[in-house]
Amino acid sequence: MYEFNYRKAASLDEAKDLFSKGEDAKYMSGGMTLLPTLKQRLARPSDVIDLAAVPDMSGIAVTGDTVSIKARTPHAVVAANAEVKKAIPALAKLAGGIGDPMVRNRGTIGGSLANNDPAADYPAAIVGLGATIHTDRRTIAGDDFFQGLFETALEEDELIIQVDFPIPDKAGYMKFPNPASRYCIVGVMVSSKGGNVRVGVTGAGACAFRVKEMEDALKANFAAEAVEKISIPDGDLNSDIHASAEYRAHLVTVMAKRAVAEANG
Amino acid sequence: MADGGIGAAITRKEDRRFLAGRGTYTDDINRPGQVYAAIVRSPHAHARVKSVDVSQALAFPGAVAAFTGADMAADGVGGLPCGWGITQIDGSPMAEPPHPVLQAERVRHVGDPIAVVLAETRNGARDAAEKVAVEYEVLDPVIDTARADADGAPRVHDEARNNICFDWQIGDAGPVDAAFAKADKVATLNLINTRMATCAMEPRAAVAEYESGTGHYTLYTSSQNPHVIRLLLGAFVLNIPEHKLRVVSPDVGGGFGSKIFHYAEEAIVTWAAAKVGRPVKWTAERAESFVSDAQGRDHVSKAELAMDGDGRFLALRVSTHANLGAYLSSFAPLVPTYLYATLLAGQYATPAIHATVRAVFTNTVPVDALRGAGRPEATYLIERLVDEAASVAGLDPAEIRRRNLVPPDAFPYQTPVALAYDSGNYAETLDAALKDGDYAGFETRRADAKARGKLRGIGLAAYIEACGAAPSAIAGQLGARAGLYESAEVRFHPTGTVTVFTGSQSQGQGHETTFAQLITERLGVPVENVEVIHGDTDRIPFGMGTYGSRSLAVGGSAIARATDKIVAKGKKIAAHILEASEDDIEFSAGTFSVAGTDRTLSIGEVAGAAYVPHNYPLDELEPGLDESAFYDPANFTFPAGCQLCEVEIDPETGTVEVVDFTAIDDFGRIVNPMIVDGQVHGGIAHGIGQALFENCVYDGASGQLLTGSLNDYCMPRADNLPSFRTDTRETLCPHNPLGVKGCGEAGTIGGAAAVMNAVADALKPLGIGHIDMPASPYHVWQAIHQSRNKTA
Repeated sequence: MYEFNYRKAASLDEAKDLFSKGEDAKYMSGGMTLLPTLKQRLARPSDVIDLAAVPDMSGIAVTGDTVSIKARTPHAVVAANAEVKKAIPALAKLAGGIGDPMVRNRGTIGGSLANNDPAADYPAAIVGLGATIHTDRRTIAGDDFFQGLFETALEEDELIIQVDFPIPDKAGYMKFPNPASRYCIVGVMVSSKGGNVRVGVTGAGACAFRVKEMEDALKANFAAEAVEKISIPDGDLNSDIHASAEYRAHLVTVMAKRAVAEANG
Repeated sequence: MADGGIGAAITRKEDRRFLAGRGTYTDDINRPGQVYAAIVRSPHAHARVKSVDVSQALAFPGAVAAFTGADMAADGVGGLPCGWGITQIDGSPMAEPPHPVLQAERVRHVGDPIAVVLAETRNGARDAAEKVAVEYEVLDPVIDTARADADGAPRVHDEARNNICFDWQIGDAGPVDAAFAKADKVATLNLINTRMATCAMEPRAAVAEYESGTGHYTLYTSSQNPHVIRLLLGAFVLNIPEHKLRVVSPDVGGGFGSKIFHYAEEAIVTWAAAKVGRPVKWTAERAESFVSDAQGRDHVSKAELAMDGDGRFLALRVSTHANLGAYLSSFAPLVPTYLYATLLAGQYATPAIHATVRAVFTNTVPVDALRGAGRPEATYLIERLVDEAASVAGLDPAEIRRRNLVPPDAFPYQTPVALAYDSGNYAETLDAALKDGDYAGFETRRADAKARGKLRGIGLAAYIEACGAAPSAIAGQLGARAGLYESAEVRFHPTGTVTVFTGSQSQGQGHETTFAQLITERLGVPVENVEVIHGDTDRIPFGMGTYGSRSLAVGGSAIARATDKIVAKGKKIAAHILEASEDDIEFSAGTFSVAGTDRTLSIGEVAGAAYVPHNYPLDELEPGLDESAFYDPANFTFPAGCQLCEVEIDPETGTVEVVDFTAIDDFGRIVNPMIVDGQVHGGIAHGIGQALFENCVYDGASGQLLTGSLNDYCMPRADNLPSFRTDTRETLCPHNPLGVKGCGEAGTIGGAAAVMNAVADALKPLGIGHIDMPASPYHVWQAIHQSRNKTA
C-alpha cells in the first residue's frame, strides 16, 4: 500500500475534524473493503481515520416495531442476535451470509452501506425492508440512499450513526453468490408489512433498486407464483464474465420467487 | 518390523510444525542486510519496449538499485532454458525462441518482467518500481488457442512462423484411416480443456545472497526440484559453476507443478545479490502469481472414435491445438506430447491410434505442467468421448467401457502410442466403483431429484496415468535434456538413528513420514528415529525432485536400494562380530542373526560397531554405515482406477452440485493409507475445481487476464465438495523394488472427466449435448436457456 496517515478518532467530532484537515481523507469502520483496496494500491488516501475507538457506535436495539442497528455493528453480531433473528430472520440470514467469518467479524453495516458496493448484501435489506438511515446530521430514507455505482446520498464527511429497520410481517432474503468472490450476483429481499410490499434487489444493477411490478403483483397475492412470470428488463443491468445482464435479470425473478417462498415459510 | 512400516496409517511427522505455524517457508528466511526486489511488469499483452528509464526509481527514498534487461545483457546473462526439445513431423527441431530474463525489446504477455528495483523495504521497492518509466508501442496480441496459427494473426516470436512451436504426431495414421473406413459407428467430439492457474497456497518466493570472499551463491527458492534449478540457473543463465551455487528449498506450501520450473525471478535475485553485494529477497503477491506462475492445460481438440457394431473400439483419431503461452517454460513441450498423447489409449484396448499436436505461442502466461500434466487432458478427452460413443452405440457407459478394457491377462500391454502398461486390473476397479457408488440404484435417485426439481446425472471416469517418467535413456531419445532418476542416501549414526537424504522434494505430500516408514519397514528402525532431509543441494545428492507422482516410485525406490546396501554391509559387519560366515547371516526387522542359532545383533549395534570399529573387519571393510543409491526406473508406473460422480443441477440457476463421489484407485502397494487418502481427496477437489469453477479467462482483444485475482478465478472450497468415498485395489508394479505406483495426481486426472460426464448425463434429458468446462452456473444456465429457446 501507499503511505498514509493513520488517525484513530476518539469521538465523532474528532473524526470529522481529522477528516476536514486531511487532503484526501477516508473514514474506516471495519476496513474490509478499504484495506484490500489499499493493499492493491487501488486507493491512495492521505489519511485513514479509524472509527473503532469512537464510543457508542455499536449495538442493536429492538423496540416496538423497529430493529435499530448502530453503524459499527459487525455482521456477525447482527447474524447471531437473538432479537434480530426473531424480529427479522431474513436480516439475520443476510448478515450471516456476507463474506467469510473474518469479514463478518470485522465488517460493519455502516461501512458496507457507505461503500455501496453494487454486489453487497445490505443494500437489498435497506430498500427491501424500507430502512431509515440516521447520520450525524440528518435522516435519510433508505429509498433515497443509493444513488449509483459506489455513490450514496452521504455528503463527503457525513457519517452513518444508525440504521432503523421496520419489522415486517414477513420477509425473505435469497442470494445467488458469485462462485468466486461470494458477493451477490443477485440478492433479493422481499417483505410485506400491513399490505405494503417491497422487493429490493442488489447485485444486478449499479446499486440496489426496487421492482415495482413485482411489488404490485405481490400486493395482490403474496405468493411465489405471483412473481415467477415477471421478468425485469436487462438493459441497465451489470454484465461480466460471471453473469450476463440477461442471466442476472433471470436470477432476479428466480431469487424473488424463492425469497417470497421463504418469507411465507 | 517396528510399528509404522508399510501399510501403517500413522500421522504425518511434518504436521506438528505445519499445524503449529512452525514451518519455514522461503518468505520466512531473512538474511542480514537484505534488500527487497520489486519487479516491473508489462501491463500490455504485446508491445514493443521503446525505452526504460529507471532514474526516477533510483531517486526514490530507500531505493538501492534498479536494473533492466540491458544491464543483464551487458553482464552476459543468458535466457531461461527449455528442458525438452521436440522433433517435428518433418524431422526439424521445434521453434525455440529466446526467453530473456528481463525483456528489453518486446513484451509478450501481461506480467512479462522488464526491470527490477531494489529497496530497503518491501513497500519501498514497490513504490520505487512504480517510478520506472517504460515507453511502449502497443501491438495486437494473439490469444486464442485454436486460431493462433491463422494467417495474418499477430506474431509472438519472429522465430515461430504462424506462431507454431511444433507440429508433432504419434501413432500410425494408416491403420487408423483404414479402421474408420470400415467402422460401423463413429463418435466425434470437439472439446476444450480449459486453462488453469495453480494457486498454490504459498506464492513463489526467492532470497539470494552472494559471499564475495568465497564466490559462493546461495538461493533460497520455493521449488519442487532445487537441483534442477541449480543446473538451469548455474549452467545456462548466470554461468555460475555448480560447486559455487547452493539452492535451498525449505518447506514448500504447494506446487502442483508450477514450482518445477526455473523462473526469471530466481535468476534476477541471484544476479542482483552479487551486483549490490547484499542479499535480495522477492516474494510474489497473489496478483503477481496470476501473471507469472506457469499455467496449465489449454487444449482445443477434435476426437473421433471408430467402433464396430458391438461398440468395440477400432481406432481413435485425435487432433489437438496446445497453447504454450508466450515463451517455452522449462518443460512445456513435454506436456502436450509425451505426457498427453501417449496416454490416449486410456484403459482401452483400442488397436489403432493416431494423434497430431500443434503447439502454438500466444500472448498469454507460459503454460507448463500442472497436476497431472497432459494426463488429465488425455483422460478428459477419452472419457468424454467414450460417453459420447456409448450414446452413439446405444450402450450403457459402464458396459461400453467393460467391453473395451485392456483385460487383466494382457499385461504387459503395448499400446499403439508408445507406452507399455505393466500391470493393472481395470475391470476390478470399474466394478468396485459401480458397486460402492450404487450405479444400479441411480435411476431411483434421479427420479427423487426430479421430484425435487433437480436434474441428477451420473458420470464415470476410468483413468490411467503414467508416473515416474522413465527410463532416462528413452527420455533422452524423445527430447529430454535431463535424466529422470532419483537419488538417496541412508546414513546411520553411531547410536543407531538414521538420516535419509532424498532428491525428492516435498511440497506438502508427507515425504518425511512416508520415507521414514520405508526405513522402518526395511531396516527396523522406529519412525521417530528417522529424519528425512530434502531441499538443499549442499546436503543431498543430485536429485531430480518431485512431479508426476514420482516421489515414492522413483525416490522411494532409490531409498530402498540404499537400504539394500546398508543390509549387505551390515551382514558383513555382523558376520565378523558374531564370528559366522556372511552367508549364514540373516536380517529381519532390524536384527541380524546367525541362521539356526540365537546369536543376534541389532542394526543399532551394527551401526555402533561401524562407527567405533574396535571389533571390525577393517582389512576388508571401510568403517561407517552410510550408503547412497541412484535409481533409474525401467519404465513408467501405471496407476489406474475408476471414479464415479453424481451431480445435481438446479435448472433455474444452472448451479451444479457434486452430491456423491466414489474413487477406486490402484496405486500398487500403499505405504501410508491416510496420506494416500489425503492425496486422493486433494486431487479430486482439484479435478472438480477444473470441471466446475476454475478457468483463466483472457480478454481476446487486449490480452488482459480477466481472472487475475481470487475474486474472479474461482477455487473450489470445502462447501463445494461432498464427502468422498475412496478405496483402493492393488496390482503391484512389477519393476520397482517397492511395487508402488504413485498417487498424487490420480484424483485430478479422472476428476474433471467424471464430473463433466455426470453434468452431461444430467443435461441429456433436455437435449443438451457436450458443454465445455467450467460447468459454472452461468455456462450451464446458458446451455439450458438456449435449449429451451430452441424447443420453444
